[in-house]
Amino acid sequence: MFVCWCGLNIGGVVDVPRVVEEISGCPGVARAVDYRYMCSDPGQQLIRDIIREERLDSVVIAACSPGMHESTFQSVAESAGVNPYRCEIANIREQCSWPHQNEPLEATRKAVELIRAAVEKVRGDEALSALSIPVTRRALVIGAGIAGMQAALDIADAGHEVVLVDRLPHIGGHMAQLSETFPTLDCSQCILTPKTSEVGRHPGIRLLTSSEVESVSGYVGNFTVKIRRRATYVNWDLCTGCGLCTEKCPSRTPSAFERGLAEEPAISIAFPQAVPHKPVIRPEACRHFTKGKCGVCEKVCPVGAIDFGQQDSLIEEKVGAIVVATGYDLHPKAKVGEYGYGVYPDVIDGLEFERLNSASGPTQGQIRRPSDGKVPKEVVFIQCVGSRDQENGYPYCSKICCMYTAKHARLYKHKVPDGQPYVFYMDIRAGGKGYEEFVQHATEEEGVLYLRGRVARVFQDGEHVVVFGVDTLSGKKVEIRADMVVLATAIVPASGAKELARVLKTATDEYGFFSEAHPKLRPVESLTRGIYIAGCAQAPKDIPDTVTQAGSSAAKVLTLFSAPRLSHSPTVAAVDEEICTGCGICVEACAYEARALDTRRHVAVVNDVLCEGCGACAVACPNGATRQRNMARSQAMAMIDAVMG
Amino acid sequence: MGAGEEFEPRIVAFLCNWCTYTGADLAGVSRLQYPPNVRPIRVMCSGSVDPMYILKALLDGADGVLVGGCHPGDCHYVNGNYKARRRLGVLGAILDEFGIDSRRVWFRFISASEGALFAQTVRDMTAALKAMGPNPARALWLA
Repeated sequence: MFVCWCGLNIGGVVDVPRVVEEISGCPGVARAVDYRYMCSDPGQQLIRDIIREERLDSVVIAACSPGMHESTFQSVAESAGVNPYRCEIANIREQCSWPHQNEPLEATRKAVELIRAAVEKVRGDEALSALSIPVTRRALVIGAGIAGMQAALDIADAGHEVVLVDRLPHIGGHMAQLSETFPTLDCSQCILTPKTSEVGRHPGIRLLTSSEVESVSGYVGNFTVKIRRRATYVNWDLCTGCGLCTEKCPSRTPSAFERGLAEEPAISIAFPQAVPHKPVIRPEACRHFTKGKCGVCEKVCPVGAIDFGQQDSLIEEKVGAIVVATGYDLHPKAKVGEYGYGVYPDVIDGLEFERLNSASGPTQGQIRRPSDGKVPKEVVFIQCVGSRDQENGYPYCSKICCMYTAKHARLYKHKVPDGQPYVFYMDIRAGGKGYEEFVQHATEEEGVLYLRGRVARVFQDGEHVVVFGVDTLSGKKVEIRADMVVLATAIVPASGAKELARVLKTATDEYGFFSEAHPKLRPVESLTRGIYIAGCAQAPKDIPDTVTQAGSSAAKVLTLFSAPRLSHSPTVAAVDEEICTGCGICVEACAYEARALDTRRHVAVVNDVLCEGCGACAVACPNGATRQRNMARSQAMAMIDAVMG
Repeated sequence: MGAGEEFEPRIVAFLCNWCTYTGADLAGVSRLQYPPNVRPIRVMCSGSVDPMYILKALLDGADGVLVGGCHPGDCHYVNGNYKARRRLGVLGAILDEFGIDSRRVWFRFISASEGALFAQTVRDMTAALKAMGPNPARALWLA
């Protein structure tokens, strides 16, 4: 039993000599000693010396929080021959001396009781050794936007195979829809296509488009994933991507890639730079499937690649790590009725503006409004639509809208020099390298008019979309007879994110963004070991942050793959089979599928490597057959006795 | 307890390793001061707190029991905090039936970043228990 002074941090409040004296007589305590800095090299040596002198089989260190030095003292104990799981910490600094600085008597009494509790716990601790599990050095990346592609490339470049899955027929994600990017006004496709083509030809990346993860079983290092690859009705091995079928197809329906601003054939390649550059048939739009006749594509295909009989296929992959990069959607149309989105054709969202501005888009990059194709001379941009809106949307900031709205307004001015852009904003949040300067340029050099305030109403009046708002800086009401309105709608998690989280058995926040293990110190690790997150799947973020996080998640995967075997905490659930009745309540209580019934022997069993050691099954067990190793009921009861004096 | 000496309640606190225990550490690091009446016991999850532990503490004479877990949706173990909430709801009803005021058992969601909330919770709980007076079980069982 060792008590640390931590200089004056503990010793200045707690009467350490008195603590040592009181603890010395406790049952099971061979010796109690104090030292000024137990974590220092001489302090550690003192622990080792006394362990050897007294031939101790367990130690208690009363010092700072276990969060600080538990692993230090465990390895000190181990180096002197004590099992590291029989080393307990009594936290007499963060939870005793520091919060009770003016009550030395009470703090001393509390310290004694906390140490007694730790002594009681260590008396019941089993000598355990970390579990060792193998690791499959292949990774699954879900989502092939810029986040998923970057993670896949980094992992594959390090020499490990990657399975990259996207539910769309092509890769590139939302970035493929953007015209230019802030703050440099780089052409989005121009910086994206080097990545998409590299992913497409990388020998270490198995690309599965039109595919979705259906189930995941296993655990860190050893996941088994089932992926459903939807039928494309085109044999890609034969198809040359010539595009004749897409030209001749008689069907036309709104294109999702063009956000409904243009139509596409039922057999199509979404955009000219698409990777893979192969068409797919959408059966819901195809006359062969809906009306039972047509087959024009089949007739014109020079290589006979059309295959109406193609079926979905189920692919099973074994991987050791998973990166979730499922990206975002925009706040749906139906929910922004107040601004007439979805009602008035000239009220559009940010991604629709990107398509209008894109050289490969429906207007070949000319700014023409959807209703009549006229060039709009007055355009109102409205920020924070659905974001920072407790009542009608989401309380969070979508982070990128201030920047992309400034970008939109500037791009509009470049193409319509005599036009007037207005921006309604709440605050301008332009934190980022070169960002503030970018917004300043919009207001000072390019004549974008920023109005601080909310828009009350948007309505159609003849050819115009009238915007009623308030400029809160001047206090005046503002009425703008605009030709087009662009809404910076909130970023929301991609559809299906919550369902995917359930499949992966990891957590999302209340909005459906994937939860990170620690908001500051573990931002790319999910709450499930072996599953990492990158990009907007975790929270709204811009491209540089997304690429950074993707690289970071790849680094975490590579760290995992660099170990010969993985270690797993042994403080897992254990079953006393003598008294287990096989009732199965523990199986239901487990959130990790670590508990199962052995139907032959009629007892419940524990899969040690799946068990996270939460203790839920031990509480649920009606007759105490299940215990949590090193936090058994007897230990908890003895600790309660100890702290009750 | 002599005449004129103020009653000092004893609180046993079962704190989740991932949130409230870390929040309590943060309170200490921030030097937030709260009454020394609380005795923290670190558990891996609020969902691992057996209702028997709470009964045991109350029968041992604790005047209050605090269980600290992660906020809804934030449980490190997926849903242990919900399990705790349900169990403590049931336990409360039973305690009242047995003449132990269920208001002596507090379940609070306190995250790792809410050091101030932890300190305030201990202050509030200590004050509430002082107003309630000693746990009668102490007199019944320890007599």
